[in-house]
Amino acid sequence: MATVVLPETAEPTVTIGLSPGRIAWRRFKRNRTGVFCFFVSATFFIIAATAPLISLAYGKNAHERYGYRLLDASGYPPPPTGGMSPEFWLGIEPGLGRDVFMQLVFGIRTSLAIALIATVGLMLIGITVGIAAGYLGGRTDYWAGRVIDVLLAFPSQLMLIALVPVVDSMLVGPEEATPTWLRFATLCIVLTALGWAGSARILRSQVLSLREREFVEAAKVSGASPARIIFREILPNLWSPIIVLATWQLPILVGVEAGLGFLGVGLGPDVPDWGRMFLEGVQYYHLDFPYLLWPGLAMLIFIVCFNLMGDAIRDALDPKTKGL
Amino acid sequence: MIRFLLRRLVSAAGIVMVVAATVFLLFYALPRDPARAFCGKLCLPENLKLLRHEMGMDLPIWQQFLAWAQGVVAGRDFPGVGRCEAPCFGYSFAKGEWVTETVLDRLPVTVSLSLGGAAVILTVGIGAGMLAAAKRGTWIDSLATSLSNIGGGMQIFFVGPLMVFVLSDTLGLLPRPRYTEFGDNPAKWFVGLLIPWIALSVIFYSNYTRLTRSMLLEQFNEDYVRTARAKGMSRRTTFFRFAWRGAMIPVVTQFGIDLGVLLGGAIVTELTFGLHGLGELVTQAFTNTDLPMLLGITVLSAGAIVLINVVVDALYAVIDPRVRLS
Repeated sequence: MATVVLPETAEPTVTIGLSPGRIAWRRFKRNRTGVFCFFVSATFFIIAATAPLISLAYGKNAHERYGYRLLDASGYPPPPTGGMSPEFWLGIEPGLGRDVFMQLVFGIRTSLAIALIATVGLMLIGITVGIAAGYLGGRTDYWAGRVIDVLLAFPSQLMLIALVPVVDSMLVGPEEATPTWLRFATLCIVLTALGWAGSARILRSQVLSLREREFVEAAKVSGASPARIIFREILPNLWSPIIVLATWQLPILVGVEAGLGFLGVGLGPDVPDWGRMFLEGVQYYHLDFPYLLWPGLAMLIFIVCFNLMGDAIRDALDPKTKGL
Repeated sequence: MIRFLLRRLVSAAGIVMVVAATVFLLFYALPRDPARAFCGKLCLPENLKLLRHEMGMDLPIWQQFLAWAQGVVAGRDFPGVGRCEAPCFGYSFAKGEWVTETVLDRLPVTVSLSLGGAAVILTVGIGAGMLAAAKRGTWIDSLATSLSNIGGGMQIFFVGPLMVFVLSDTLGLLPRPRYTEFGDNPAKWFVGLLIPWIALSVIFYSNYTRLTRSMLLEQFNEDYVRTARAKGMSRRTTFFRFAWRGAMIPVVTQFGIDLGVLLGGAIVTELTFGLHGLGELVTQAFTNTDLPMLLGITVLSAGAIVLINVVVDALYAVIDPRVRLS
């Protein structure tokens, strides 16, 4: 199945094998939902990357209170659409009168950046710990396992809230105000520090079974160094679970980051952020539902599409899936 | 079985202790002084010193931790406040209340929310999965699968307000979420929590649908199910008597994980619906630099999560006799 036969004139038939990566790519291309969702997810990333350009083209930024004079006495935009008009595409933010479309576009930037950095960070730790525990075994494995147990037993949201000020205070003196970039770093650090345990546990179990395979034994017998075995024999076989875990983690982290903003430990009030839009939206939604609807819909579309894309990638990487 | 349970309970207690110690250390890493915060703006140095002594904060951290642990096991005296019987989780100076009492007072809200939610999640999730498996390949199957994809992408702080807006504000079918004591009025308790339960189930049920469906489909191909069918047992009987049993193991695993997530996630859920449970209490405790309260709730929820894991592991053997506990 994994070979393509090329008949050539006057020469014996040559059989060309496809690399596993190309097979996976072919499988992925066949999955229409997966490809569609890939484009949708990519759109979100492109919007995040080009937010300033979109702002230029749209003619408004995320800070100025353009619509303030349109709000009523209690700070609500005109119902029932929340002030949607050709001027304000998605309406006006209640209370402050900023443009919702711009809030949303710049909010994607914040959420995706934090989620992406944290995903990379926690995968790196997860891979390191997973390989160390699985390959070295013995005492290393035991203690790594106990640390993972403890991390998974923590009430996660509470620890997130509790850790943010602690890490803040480690990076900056107690009397100084926390600058935005620093809170950004704190959020990435905290999400990474609390998130790696699950991936580490799964990768550990993969390494455990790989360690006993013939090709690893063969490498050992032929005198390969542990570093060589880990990087050349085991790691290449871990790529599929790593990619699957990463595509699974990213949308979760987008949700968790929004949750932090919702709990008021996100970035400051000047930085557009989906989480804080939810926090404010929940206070206003009885009378101004659209303000909550837009970030909710945007996040739903992103997470669902990214998950479906992840499913498609998993199917493509799994040799047991039928069809090529 | 008993040896297994004992060993697991001991290690569970160890994990809870480590969690408590970590919270202790983290708390002292915070750039705040609880005694000064409690003392107020105009604080005389001698008052502060006295207060530190009463709060037990003049001791080294490890002694404070030991005193706390002793309180949990054997009770403890607080100078200036009184005697606290075991299990004593301390005295909240910020609120002027005993931690154990306050926590017990708020516990019913969070437990109603989580357990009620869990019941709805299981019913909807497993039901939809069974339906999808039984009607495999029909529109019912694809509807259940796509709905579960959408539900899995939702956040409680979006789906919750959405439901309140649609079901109570617009259609007027249900009242806005509100907690009534079960003992006072069971009907009101039920109706008041129905929206939060449904909202939770929208988010969590998808895993169960997917798991139940795929496990059931796998079970249909197992020899013992085929034998039962060949011997003339009806489809319905094999389905309900045999197939679901084998399908339940991963579902129980997932349920153990999710119950922990539900308890730990009570903060956001309660904030979304304006309910006054442990989640709200712990957020207040954090803002008020209230270590005893924070510690009490953290230890309680960590303990619950670890205990649930033990119960789940023991349940495997009950559901599937082939599983041996080690």
